[in-house]
Amino acid sequence: MTDIGYTEKVMDHFMNPRNVGVIEDPDGYGKVGNPTCGDVMEIFINIADNKITEIKFRTFGCGSAIATSSMITEMAIGKTLEEAMEITRNDVAESLDGLPPKKMHCSNLAADALQEAVKDYWKKQGKVVEDDGDSPEMTCGGGGCDSCVK
Amino acid sequence: MDNSKIYMDRGSATPIDSRVLEFAYPFLKTAGNPSALHRQGLEAKTAIEDARQKVMELINAEKPASIIFTSGATESNNIAIRGTAMRNIGRGKHVMGSAIEHMSVLNPLKDLTKSGFTMDLIPVDSTGIVDMNKLEEMISQETIVLSIMHANNEIGTIQPIKEISKIVHEKGLYLHVDATASAGKVPIDVQDMGIDLLTLSSNDLGGPQGAGALYIKTGTRIQTVMPGGGQERGLRSGSENIFAIAGMGEAARLAKEELPVESERLKEIRDQLIHEILKNEKTFLTGHPENRLPHHASFRFSFIEGESILLMMDFQGVQISTGSACSSKTLEASHVLLATGLTHEQAHGSMVLTLGHENKPEDVKVVADATKKTIDRLRMLSPITQEGEEYPEEEHHH
Repeated sequence: MTDIGYTEKVMDHFMNPRNVGVIEDPDGYGKVGNPTCGDVMEIFINIADNKITEIKFRTFGCGSAIATSSMITEMAIGKTLEEAMEITRNDVAESLDGLPPKKMHCSNLAADALQEAVKDYWKKQGKVVEDDGDSPEMTCGGGGCDSCVK
Repeated sequence: MDNSKIYMDRGSATPIDSRVLEFAYPFLKTAGNPSALHRQGLEAKTAIEDARQKVMELINAEKPASIIFTSGATESNNIAIRGTAMRNIGRGKHVMGSAIEHMSVLNPLKDLTKSGFTMDLIPVDSTGIVDMNKLEEMISQETIVLSIMHANNEIGTIQPIKEISKIVHEKGLYLHVDATASAGKVPIDVQDMGIDLLTLSSNDLGGPQGAGALYIKTGTRIQTVMPGGGQERGLRSGSENIFAIAGMGEAARLAKEELPVESERLKEIRDQLIHEILKNEKTFLTGHPENRLPHHASFRFSFIEGESILLMMDFQGVQISTGSACSSKTLEASHVLLATGLTHEQAHGSMVLTLGHENKPEDVKVVADATKKTIDRLRMLSPITQEGEEYPEEEHHH
C-alpha cells in the first residue's frame, strides 16, 4: 500500500500530531532540514535521570515529515539518551507501518532531529560529542527534495 | 466531517459529462472499424466525421479536415512539435517554447536537442505572461516552431496569443498553441488568433479520457511521428478510439454551446473564492490577477507545504491540487512557479483550485473555511514564521 499512499498510522499522526509545540529553555534542541527542500523539523527535549521526560516538535513539510516527527516523540519519551540515539529512520518508518519509497529519503528526518537534540544536551553538559560529519542542515541541489543531500 | 465532497481539481481529471457518456456509450458496445466498408464500419466513420465537425466548430477551424484525432494532448503536442521540426529540418534546427509549458511540450522540445536541434525557452514575468521582447530576440532564421500554451494549468494565466502570432508570422515560423487548459473555458478562434497548430484534450472538455485532437492549418508542412496504417491523413496511424472520439465531439459541442453562460457562472464563484481566501494572512494569488481562466484560482501560503495542504483539505472533504515538490512524481519544485520568480521555499506552499459544472456558490464558504482551518493548523505546526529569516537567500540556490 505504501507505493500508493500513506498508511492509516501516517494519516493518524498527520491529522492528530502528538506533542506539538515548543519547550521554553529546553535541555536539548535539535533542528534539521531546509525550507528550500521542503522539510524543516525542530525537536525540544527535557531530561531527568538521563531519560527524556518531555518532548515537543514543530515541523514544516509534507504529510510524512509531520507524521514521522509526531511518531518519534512517542517513541522517544521515557527512553534513556543512549536508547534515543539508537532510534533510526527505519525504526520510525516501521512504527508508522511504512512510508512511500520516495519519502524514505527526504521526509524522514525525525531521527536526525532527535539525535541533534540529544547531542545538544550532551554538549551543554560538557560531554565530548563525536562529530560524525553529519551537518544538521541539509544542503539542497535546488531541485526540490530529490536533490537534497544529507 | 461533512460527507458531501467538493471536487475542485478538474485540471487533473475531469468527470465525464453524463450527456456525453449517454451519447457515446453505443460506440463502446458496437465494434466498428471506420476503414471497413460494411455498415458497422460506416457507422464508426460517420461518428468520427461528426466529431470532427463539432471540434472544428469549437475552435472555428477552416474545414473538418484540419482536425486530426489523437490519443490525447500529449500525443497532439508531440506530433505538432516533432512533426513540424522534422519536416522542415532543411530550413533550420531551432525550436522554442515558454518556460511554463506543460511537460508534454517541454520534453518533446528537449528531446529534439538529441537530433541536433537547439532550443530556447522564453521567460515569463511574475504573473506568468511571456516576455515579448525576449520572444522576438530569441527567434532566428533557423527557428521552425514556437509552442506556447493558451492558458497555464497551474497558475491560470492566459497568454496574448494574437500578439504573439503577429510576431511569429512576421518571422515566418509556425505557432503551436496548447489549448488543453483553456478549451471550453474561454473562446478560441484559430483563424482570428492566427494559430497554425492547436492541441485539444477530450477529458479537459468533459469528454472521455483517451482522445485528443490536433488542429493543423491548411498548408502547414508536417510529418508523422508514428508511421503505420495511415489513419487521420497519415499523421496519426492506429485504429481510432471511436467511443472516446465520439464523446470528445459531443463534449466540444456542449462546451461551445454552454461556454458563455457557464464561464460567467464559474467566474463569479471563483472571484468569491479568491476574495475569501485572500483574507488569510501571508496569502498570495499566483498567476495573473485578470488575464486568467474563469474557473481557475491559485494561491501560495507562506510557511506551510502543499502536500500537507492537499491532505488536510481532502480530510475536510475538499479535493484540490498543489504544485508542491513533495507531491510530485519527481519531487521537483514546480517549474511554473519557479519561472514566475518564486523561491523553492515559496513554491512549496501552493494550492490550485479548478472549478466545473458540479461546483455551486454554496461551495465558496465550505472551501474558504477549510482553507482557513488548514492554514491555521499547519502554521501552528510550522517552525518557520518569517520568510527567509534563518536561511539566507544564497543557500537557496546552488
